[in-house]
Amino acid sequence: MRKKLIAGPYMLWAIAFILIPLAMVFYYGLTDKNGSFTLSNIASISSPEALKSLVLALGLSLLSTVICLILAYPLAMILNNLKVNQNSFIVLIFILPMWMNFLLRTMAWQTLLEKTGVINQLLGLLHLPPLNIINTPTAIVLGMVYNFLPFMVLPIYNVLVKIDPNVVHAARDLGANGFTTFVKIIFPLSLPGVISGITMVFVPSLTTFVISDLLGGGKILLIGNVIEQEFKQVNNWHVGSGLSIVLMIFIIISMFITNKYDRDGEGAVL
Amino acid sequence: MSHKLIDLQGITKTFDKEIVLDDLNLYIRENEFLTLLGPSGCGKTTTLRILGGFETPDKGRVLFNGTDITNLPPNKRQLNTVFQKYALFTHMSIAENIAFGLKIKKKSKDYIMDKIKYALKLVNLQGFENRYPDSLSGGQQQRVAIARAIVNEPKVLLLDEPLGALDLKLRQDMQYELIRLKNELGITFIYVTHDQEEALTMSDTIVVMNQGYIQQIGTPEDIYNEPQNAFVADFIGDSNIIDSLMIEDRLVEILGTRFACVDEGFGNHKPVDVVIRPEDICLVKPEEGTIQGVVSNVIFKGVHYEMEVEACGYTWLVHSTGMYPVGTNVGISVDPFNIQIMNKPESEDEEAVVTDA
Amino acid sequence: MKKTAQRIYLALIFVFLYAPIVTLMVLSFNGSKFRTKWDGFSTKWYVQLFRNEQIMSALYNTLAIGLLSALFATVLGTAACIGIHAMKKKSRMVWMGITNIPMLNAEIVTGISLMLLFIAFGVNFGFMTILLGHITFNIPYVILSVMPKLRQTDKATYEAAMDLGASPVKAFFKVVFPDILPGVLSGFLLSFTMSLDDFVITHFVKGAGVDTLSTKIYAEVRKGIKPEMYALSTIMFVSVLLLLLIINRPSRKKPQKSAV
Repeated sequence: MRKKLIAGPYMLWAIAFILIPLAMVFYYGLTDKNGSFTLSNIASISSPEALKSLVLALGLSLLSTVICLILAYPLAMILNNLKVNQNSFIVLIFILPMWMNFLLRTMAWQTLLEKTGVINQLLGLLHLPPLNIINTPTAIVLGMVYNFLPFMVLPIYNVLVKIDPNVVHAARDLGANGFTTFVKIIFPLSLPGVISGITMVFVPSLTTFVISDLLGGGKILLIGNVIEQEFKQVNNWHVGSGLSIVLMIFIIISMFITNKYDRDGEGAVL
Repeated sequence: MSHKLIDLQGITKTFDKEIVLDDLNLYIRENEFLTLLGPSGCGKTTTLRILGGFETPDKGRVLFNGTDITNLPPNKRQLNTVFQKYALFTHMSIAENIAFGLKIKKKSKDYIMDKIKYALKLVNLQGFENRYPDSLSGGQQQRVAIARAIVNEPKVLLLDEPLGALDLKLRQDMQYELIRLKNELGITFIYVTHDQEEALTMSDTIVVMNQGYIQQIGTPEDIYNEPQNAFVADFIGDSNIIDSLMIEDRLVEILGTRFACVDEGFGNHKPVDVVIRPEDICLVKPEEGTIQGVVSNVIFKGVHYEMEVEACGYTWLVHSTGMYPVGTNVGISVDPFNIQIMNKPESEDEEAVVTDA
Repeated sequence: MKKTAQRIYLALIFVFLYAPIVTLMVLSFNGSKFRTKWDGFSTKWYVQLFRNEQIMSALYNTLAIGLLSALFATVLGTAACIGIHAMKKKSRMVWMGITNIPMLNAEIVTGISLMLLFIAFGVNFGFMTILLGHITFNIPYVILSVMPKLRQTDKATYEAAMDLGASPVKAFFKVVFPDILPGVLSGFLLSFTMSLDDFVITHFVKGAGVDTLSTKIYAEVRKGIKPEMYALSTIMFVSVLLLLLIINRPSRKKPQKSAV
C-alpha cells in the first residue's frame, strides 16, 4: 500500500507542471480579456494570415514526412541486414546527428544554402548556375527532413530488428519471392515502427517555428511562427492560446489516424 | 521403402571459421520418418536449413530426386518447413496464414477454401479460421504451423524441434498426432530434435549427430540396443559405459573380471568401451553373480527401482522391478547377449562425450 | 551487385547527414571571417569563443541546468515508476497517460503552457523557471526508461529477499535496484542530453539576460552567423560523440541476443 505513495511527489509535480498549465492554455484560449467565455480566439485561425500559415505548415510537414519515410525505410532495412558484430556502431553513426544541437544543425544548412553559401561557391567554381533555395519553402522542407530523418529511421529499425528471421524464412519456404515477402510480411509487420516514425516526424515539423525562422528568412510563416509571435511579440496570449488549441486538435487528429493502424502499439522508440 | 528422395553428398559448412558440418553424407528415402538427433550445436539444425534452402553449404551437393538443388532458393523447393517457435504471421488470421502459400501459387478461391477446411480438420482446429495467432495456445499455434506447411502438398516436410516449446503432456499427445499425420499424408518427414525419447517414439530412421559428424544411422531398435560408440550409448537412454579390454573373440575383461560376450572381430587384447543397459543387469545372490557388490542407493521410479551398486570400483546403474535395500550384498550377472562392445573413438573430433543425456 | 547498391545508398545518406556538420567543422578553423575564401588554418575563433563572456555564461547555465534537471528528474521519475508500478491497472493507465502528454504534445504548446503558469503565479523568469521547465519535460524520459526494466524484474526475487529476512527497503535496494539501474542511468543521460538540446521550451520560460547555449545561438544566428558559432558547433559535436560512445560502451559488451 505504502509503495504507491512513493509516486506522490511526481503526482503533485505532474498536476502542477503538466495538467494545470495545459488547463491554463484552454482557459486563455476560451476567454477574452475580461475573462468571459468566447470562441473568437479559436475562430481567429480563419484569418487569412493564420489560415495560410496553417495550410502551409500542414503541406510542408506532410511533404517532409513522406520524404523522410522514403529515405528512411531502405536505410533501416540495410542497417538491419548488416552483420551483428558491425551493426551497433554503424547504426550509431546514422542516429548520431539526432543528438547534435538542433539549432546548430539548422544553422549548418543556412551556411550551406545562403546566396554566398558553401554550395553556391562550389557551384561557382564549377561554373554552374547558383542554387537559390534559401528563404523558400524548399529550404524549410530540406531543414525538416535533415533534422527529423533519424526520428524516422530509429523506430523502423527497432521494429525490423525484432522481426523473427524465421517468419521471413517461412514466407520464402511457402513459395514467396523476395518482393512478395516484403509486401505481404515484412512491411505489414514493420507498420508499428512506420506509424511511430510518422508521428515523430510529422508533429515536430507541423509545430516548428525555428526551422522556418532560420531557413525561411522570417518571411515564410508557419502556424508555429504565428503562435510564437502572439506570445513573444504581440503579447496576445488569448489568441495565441486559441491557435495552440487548434494545433493540438491537429496533433490529436494525426495521432488518431496513425493509432488506427497501430494494432499492438509496438512502435515505441524507447 | 523406395528410392533415395534426397541425397546429401559431402556437405561441409563453417560459420565464423567454426566447422559445423564436416563432409556429411546422408540419404533419405521416400515416405521415411527420419530424425536428426543430437545435442545443441551438433549440426542437426544446420543440416535442416541446408535442406530448406536457408543456408548454402561451403562444399558438397544436395540432390532431390536426382536433381541438384544446392543453390535453389527456398521458394522454388518442393519441401516445406515447420519452424521452431512456429514463425506464424502474427498480422494475419489463421486462414490467411494457411492460405499464404496457396495464394502465391495462384490457386482458385474455392480450392483454397477447401484446403483450409481440410487442413484445419487434419490438425483438429475446426472453426479457428478467423482467429489470430496471438490468441492461440502454444500447441494450437504448432498445429497451425503444420497446417500452413502441409496444404502446399510438399514431398517432404521439415520439422525443426517443433515440440520444443510445449509442455510434457502436450508433447506426448503431439507425437502421436504427428505419426498419424505422416501416415495420412504419406509423405517424407525430416525431424530435428535433441529429445531422444521423441526420436525413439516416432522415427523409422534415427541419425545421431555430434559436433558436425554422423555418429550412427539406424532404426530406433538398432540405435538403442547396439550403439556403435560411447557417445551414442550415453546420449540414448541410461547406460553403464566401462573402459574394458577385449581379450579375444567372445571374451572381454571388465574391471578385472572376464565376461563372456557375443561380439567378434575386435582383435586380441584391444582396449574397447563396453555398454551395458541398466535394465540388462540381473541382481542375484552374491555367490551366483559374476562379480559381487553392495547396493549404495535406491530410488523408486514408478515402473522400476533405480539402484546403484558399488562393485570392483565402479558404480553400476541397475534398473529392476525387485528391490534390494541399501547395504545388501548382491551379485551381478549379465547375459552375454546384452554386453555391447564398441571401438574406442579414433580421433578427438569424433569423441564427444556429453555429460547430460 | 545488390550489396554495392546498398553501400552506395548508405554512403549517400551518410554524406547528407554529415556534410553540413563537416562543413561547420572545417569553417571553424578558417582564418578568414568570410566563408568565401580560405585564409589558412587558425584556431582564433576558438580563442574568441572562450573569451566571449555571454557565451561562456550560457554554457555554464546549460551544463548546470542539464545536470540539475537530470538529477531531479531521475530521482522523481524513478520513485514515480516504483509507485505507479504498484498501482492498479486503471490508475496506472491514467498516470502513464499523463506522463505521455509532454512527449506527444508539441514542444511549443508545452512551452507556452509553462509560460502562462509562471505568469499567473507571478514567478520571475530566470534560471529557476528554466530548471523547472526542464525537470518537467525530463521526467517522462526517465519514467519511460525505468518502467520497462521494472516490468522485467522478477517479483519472486524481491519476495525471496524478504523471505530471507530483508526489510522491504533493504530488499528493494539490494535486489530490485541493481536490476533497474541500467534504466535509471540511461534515463539520467537521456534527460541530460534532452536538456542540452532543448530550445523551444527554454525560449518561452527564460527571462531576459539569462541564456542557455540554444537560446544564445538562436539570438546570434538571427543577427548573422559569426565564425565563433562554428567553433561552438565543433566542440558540441565532439562532446556529444564522446558522450554517446561512453553510453553505448557497456551495452555493447553484452551479447546481442542470447541463443535459446
